[in-house]
Amino acid sequence: MQQAEYQLIIVGGGPAGLTAGLYAARGRLKALLVEKGATGGQVLVTDWVDNYPGFVEGISGFELMDRMTAHADRFGLEKKFANVTALDLEGPVKKVHLEDDATLTARTVILCTGARPSKLGVPGEEELVGRGVSYCATCDGPFYRDQEIAVVGGGNTAIQEALHLTKFARKVTVIHRRDQLRATRILQEKAFANDKIHFLWNARVTAIVGGKDGVERLEISFTDTSSTTLAVTGIFIFIGVVPNNEVLPLDQLQTDEAGFIITDTEMRTNLDGVFAAGDIRSKNFRQIINAAGEGATAELSAEHYLGSQA
Amino acid sequence: MASEKVMHVSDSEFDTKVVGNELPCLVDFWAPWCGPCKAIGPVIDELAEEFDGRVQIAKMNVDDNPATPGKFGIRAIPTLILFKGGEVVDQITGAVGKAQLQDLIKKAL
Repeated sequence: MQQAEYQLIIVGGGPAGLTAGLYAARGRLKALLVEKGATGGQVLVTDWVDNYPGFVEGISGFELMDRMTAHADRFGLEKKFANVTALDLEGPVKKVHLEDDATLTARTVILCTGARPSKLGVPGEEELVGRGVSYCATCDGPFYRDQEIAVVGGGNTAIQEALHLTKFARKVTVIHRRDQLRATRILQEKAFANDKIHFLWNARVTAIVGGKDGVERLEISFTDTSSTTLAVTGIFIFIGVVPNNEVLPLDQLQTDEAGFIITDTEMRTNLDGVFAAGDIRSKNFRQIINAAGEGATAELSAEHYLGSQA
Repeated sequence: MASEKVMHVSDSEFDTKVVGNELPCLVDFWAPWCGPCKAIGPVIDELAEEFDGRVQIAKMNVDDNPATPGKFGIRAIPTLILFKGGEVVDQITGAVGKAQLQDLIKKAL
């Protein structure tokens, strides 16, 4: 058999990748984690995490990921910061191509490339990013002190971040396409009790309008075909995620219709020696705790596979 | 590792250190509470080494220095603005990749 440099390469350093890395480093595998930016993934931009077991008082997303990184580092996980440009995952030696034309090889790969916020796909959105259109409340919230803004979405992220934004904004209008929220009950209770938060139900943003100073108003249409405009200086969009699958070999890997990777309960993909964990997996629920759990399962499955091939 | 070639600027230093700089300047507007700003930190350091002597890479903490970000209409971070001869050449918002930042910087060369 061809020689591979690594027993395991983990692609992506969010909670799934860092947990897989922690397990691999403790398991004394020759393992490498490749990450394009800083470790932490989407949790880095999450204001507050109140449901990660063990953190009784809650913890900021930023600090939680700092700790997960430090935890993997404690066992000596090898990390490399580079963009992956392509992957060849068939055969016994997997190839990971990097932007500097280097190619890494491994016997197993765990894909933890995660997901990113969906865009609304309406006129004005692209043009006004950074000038009123935002996908990160912790980053951009403080620029909206005493202003009137909107949040689009009705899930956990939308409501959590709407609550966070009330620390800065005078008024936060939550625009949701249904007549009730999908967010968990405790967040709903907090949102309904907050007099800075207002709701537009059965509503869809059809255009974002602005000038050189940024967003000025939103065009909104309702399910009953009526419409309105809402004057805001900012719009924060939290309507779900799309998979970070651009570098994945989609001709080799089995994915669902939305492009998320299909695995079995042991995180095995359709390719031998290739596993997936975290938000890139096809699944219903995207939580930090299940990303971490899947990272652990994927690593143990990888070890099992390596053992069976020895 | 943080590069010593990155220049940290404040509101009061902006005119002399950025506008008056003989080199083109790329200014990274950031804050400690911003995750994506942290994410591009290592790239900013690498760019400072790569373009040393040709482009000055600078950082401004928007928490400590509200005047300059206000003047340039910054409402999201990280925002990176490229200056040449004191004029804005181009800008990018969000945690983009190294290649995109290299392309941005090359507009001033």
